Amino acid sequence: MQNVPTAPLTFAEQAKQRIFKRDPDEAPIEDIREEVFALERAGDWRVQRVPEPFVSVETKYGRTKKIPVQRNWHHKSCGQCGHIPGYSTSIFWLQRKLGCDYNDPKDQTSCTAWNYYASATSNAAAQAAVAMRNFAAADEVGYFPLIHCATSYGHYKEVRNELVRHPQLRAEVRRILGMMGKELVMPEEIVHYSEWVHAMRDEIAKRVVLDLSKIVTTVHPACHYYKLVQEDAIYDPDVYGGQRTAIVSATVKAVGAQVADYSTWFDCCGFGFRHILVQRDFSRSFATQRKIDVMREEANPDVTLTHDTGCVTTLDKSQFASKAHSPKIGIPVMSEAQFAALAMGAHPYRVCQLHWHATDYRPLLAKMGIDWEARWAEFQQDLKRLESGEAQYLTWEDADA
Amino acid sequence: MPIRSAAPEIPQAEKARLFAQVTADERYKDYMYGCYECGICVAVCPSARFYDFSPRKIAQAVAREDLDIFWEQMNKDIWDCSQCFSCLKCPRGNNPGGVITIMREVAVNNGLRTAREALEGYSRIIYKIMGTGTQVSPDMIRADAFPDWGPTAQDTADNLALWRRAMPPETMHTTTTSWEVSEKTLGELYLIWHVTGVLDMIRQVDEGLHQILVDVMEESLEEQGFDLSERPAAAPAQE
Repeated sequence: MQNVPTAPLTFAEQAKQRIFKRDPDEAPIEDIREEVFALERAGDWRVQRVPEPFVSVETKYGRTKKIPVQRNWHHKSCGQCGHIPGYSTSIFWLQRKLGCDYNDPKDQTSCTAWNYYASATSNAAAQAAVAMRNFAAADEVGYFPLIHCATSYGHYKEVRNELVRHPQLRAEVRRILGMMGKELVMPEEIVHYSEWVHAMRDEIAKRVVLDLSKIVTTVHPACHYYKLVQEDAIYDPDVYGGQRTAIVSATVKAVGAQVADYSTWFDCCGFGFRHILVQRDFSRSFATQRKIDVMREEANPDVTLTHDTGCVTTLDKSQFASKAHSPKIGIPVMSEAQFAALAMGAHPYRVCQLHWHATDYRPLLAKMGIDWEARWAEFQQDLKRLESGEAQYLTWEDADA
Repeated sequence: MPIRSAAPEIPQAEKARLFAQVTADERYKDYMYGCYECGICVAVCPSARFYDFSPRKIAQAVAREDLDIFWEQMNKDIWDCSQCFSCLKCPRGNNPGGVITIMREVAVNNGLRTAREALEGYSRIIYKIMGTGTQVSPDMIRADAFPDWGPTAQDTADNLALWRRAMPPETMHTTTTSWEVSEKTLGELYLIWHVTGVLDMIRQVDEGLHQILVDVMEESLEEQGFDLSERPAAAPAQE
């Protein structure tokens, strides 16, 4: 049979045929965890193993990461607990609903990275000592750190890199922890709560009680989750072709809501660390002009979901002041943990604490099929019980009553 | 808050001294590999959209050892950075945001007037994080402090103690800290600030705050039996 000559493929045709497949052996960045274990073998520190059971997830370059299902030591977030507490409460509630044994410690300090990135009134040794003190505290009680804040998570991964690379820093931190009677213990994985939510999304989906098929969301991935020490963030070929982090988006899809795209997804929220506290004109402008306005214009979402303290704070709180000049303003903002909890039937006030949020979330609740007026009335009754002294605190049993 | 201009006449030797402190930081060699001048870092930078600020110029100034531009940046540009680290998009592997972190540390360590100005109004935050172990607290939310956050700021302030009790997690019933931090834990945090020289950094930018923190911490450290004669070791990241 005679060969028929074929025309060479155009670049566009070649590009269509190209298959992107992640290969850990081709990763451009070293796997720092190998060095972490090498240092354990050398006697530099002990590695706290991820407890079983765990879920294996895929990260940016196709490596696997272990996400512990149980025995989480909740490394809480300053901004979440302080200013948007339903964020933290929802994480705890999800763990309780999924039957997880966890530890909510008082032996935990802030990572102090918000202050460090804002003011630089600290140094590498102090930051590393704070991180390792918290890790040692978790190890002492036999629980594994689950880090609520993306800045804590990103910063701790930076600290891990610095400790691996600089022996003198390790020696200094070992000396400081020794003064407290603590050991140098590095967790096998540094795990963000949203990675736990991602790993458990199918279990969460089984418990969803609302039809969210008409709810359109936009997702803001947190800079300090996937830009700092980028190789450790979760990616999934089924989410944006594996070209963006799958975090949050995969969870939203799992619970049955829509994820809508918008062009400024890579932009930060405008938090700025120092700016959100003492120079908020920048934060407000960036959050509304580069994020909220663009989302409204391009995706018109019912809610925007994110997975970090600063992002929820900035995107939610910045909208009020911009109402005067922009009719596009008014997209409710919450964490995917709060959204997943609502989907599973959590109380919007007792659990998700939405009354702490600034942008009006009530139209969203109504569209989700939640009778927010009835739930608010229930919460007002709770407050009366507390005020009268009938009860001192709202309990987990009250939350599900 | 505008940052006022730096003093006009600064000897080159002083600029070189500060520059040497930046490049001597152990992290510096992990953050700067040279610059293609491609501008990707600027394209993704939020601060570049709102200020006369460029992470590319930061990278170029330090790579070229341009002391005059470096000095200008030490006194203004570094405080415009959002520290989001979008600039890690750099194809060369540079970390301009990380270089800025080091430059800020050097500015604070040396008590630059512009560093003190940039941190004006920020002292209460430093007090909160160093003194209580959590960065912000529920009682910071007040209508006069956050008028731009809308009516929920006033609602929160009016109902704060009650709303904090209306949350199931027992560690979160606090109003002056984000969660309950034990006294022992706080003492250990104070020890870290003491032995790493961070308290000395605070003295450089706010002497009054430094004295308040010393007063708060000393009693706790002594109660827990920590040896206060322990002085900071040479900071390992700035040898």
